[in-house]
Amino acid sequence: MIDKTIPSLSAAVADIHDGATVMIGGFGAAGMPSALIDALIEQGARELTIINNNAGNGDTGLAALLKARRVRKIICSFPRQTDSHVFDELYRRGEIELELVPQGNLAERIRAAGAGIGGFYTPTGYGTLLAEGKECREINGRHYVFELPLRADFALIKALKADRWGNLVYRKTARNFGPIMATAAKTTIVQVDHVVPIGELDPEAVVTPGIFVQRVVLVADKEQR
Amino acid sequence: MKRLTRVEMAQRVARDIPEGAYVNLGIGVPTLVANHIGDREVILHSENGVIGMGPAPAPGEEDGDLINAGKQFVTLLPGGAYFHHADSFAMMRGGHLDYCVLGAFQVSVRGDLANWHTGAAGAIPAVGGAMDLAIGAKKVFVMMEHLTKQGESKIVQQCSYPLTGMNCVSRIYTDLAMLDVAAEGLHVREIYSDIGFEELQELSGVPLIDSSAQGGAGR
Repeated sequence: MIDKTIPSLSAAVADIHDGATVMIGGFGAAGMPSALIDALIEQGARELTIINNNAGNGDTGLAALLKARRVRKIICSFPRQTDSHVFDELYRRGEIELELVPQGNLAERIRAAGAGIGGFYTPTGYGTLLAEGKECREINGRHYVFELPLRADFALIKALKADRWGNLVYRKTARNFGPIMATAAKTTIVQVDHVVPIGELDPEAVVTPGIFVQRVVLVADKEQR
Repeated sequence: MKRLTRVEMAQRVARDIPEGAYVNLGIGVPTLVANHIGDREVILHSENGVIGMGPAPAPGEEDGDLINAGKQFVTLLPGGAYFHHADSFAMMRGGHLDYCVLGAFQVSVRGDLANWHTGAAGAIPAVGGAMDLAIGAKKVFVMMEHLTKQGESKIVQQCSYPLTGMNCVSRIYTDLAMLDVAAEGLHVREIYSDIGFEELQELSGVPLIDSSAQGGAGR
């Protein structure tokens, strides 16, 4: 019997190794898998490369992982925010590497990795600082920049509900990067508010089919989510 | 010198957004446009993954899972939908949005846009969806003050700030005028101040084409 549910947060993240590339879902706090991030901090893996839209807000979640000095490099689109003080300080001290990617290119690079695409030409960023040194090509009179896929060893994401096969539905705009990150990591670990019996999720409404998911952890405690 | 307030600028931009349009309003001042759409059915998109976005929720009704790209709490109108980031940016990059309205540091006479980074030493760069919006929508409207606080024109021959996109702006709304970007240059369509075309051109510091209803080409 397939059962992707894992009894504890610590067991779910136990094999994340030093130097791993880890995608973390969420856009700001919406969809951020805070319980999994806290478990990763507890677990202690270091020298991580993190892929997220942002670089942490406030002092919790991703910001706490940065603050614990576990992150060597961050690949994101929008690090600087009113409450990104943890990242700002590390960056100013030269203690974290930043790869800045336009948000749509970030999403498409993740999607491409999950879909087995070797790279793609995008008009986004053409003629800007963020395309410097990249291959460019004119196709039908329009200019494009070549971008490579973005893969990860692990993806940590948050969904509303899962079944034991790992089928997922999300909640509102907390969906954001979850479905694409789930496709692009070797091991996708999902924290969910509810685990439901097989057959209970409407197959027409499943957003991420379980084939993209390896582990599901129920986080029943609202404070922990 | 008379100039439009930000609310008046938003009202002016809103007048050009027709019934049925799919629109993305950039973070900051452009979001004011939403307040002036009236009873037209205009569908608002936000790049974090929502279309059919409604106004801010009533106090106490906020939902942390329902935010816009500016990370503000929003609501969803009946008929609205959620989707993941790759789909959201397909809507943008794929040319499916009719309009986007963006703020800007500078716009060049060719319609180059600079709005993401001052390039200042020590500044932490952040781009978000700015570059995707700049090249994605069918019409890209810029809404900005005509002059910086120091009185320098934000309409320039060539942007000195790092570019967001090349030759991507369709129309510029400022507190002084509305200008269309065309191959032959910038057409001044409307002037909102008590200054004339010549004075506007002087303040702008770049050659302009007088196409206002009162002016040369439009008369």
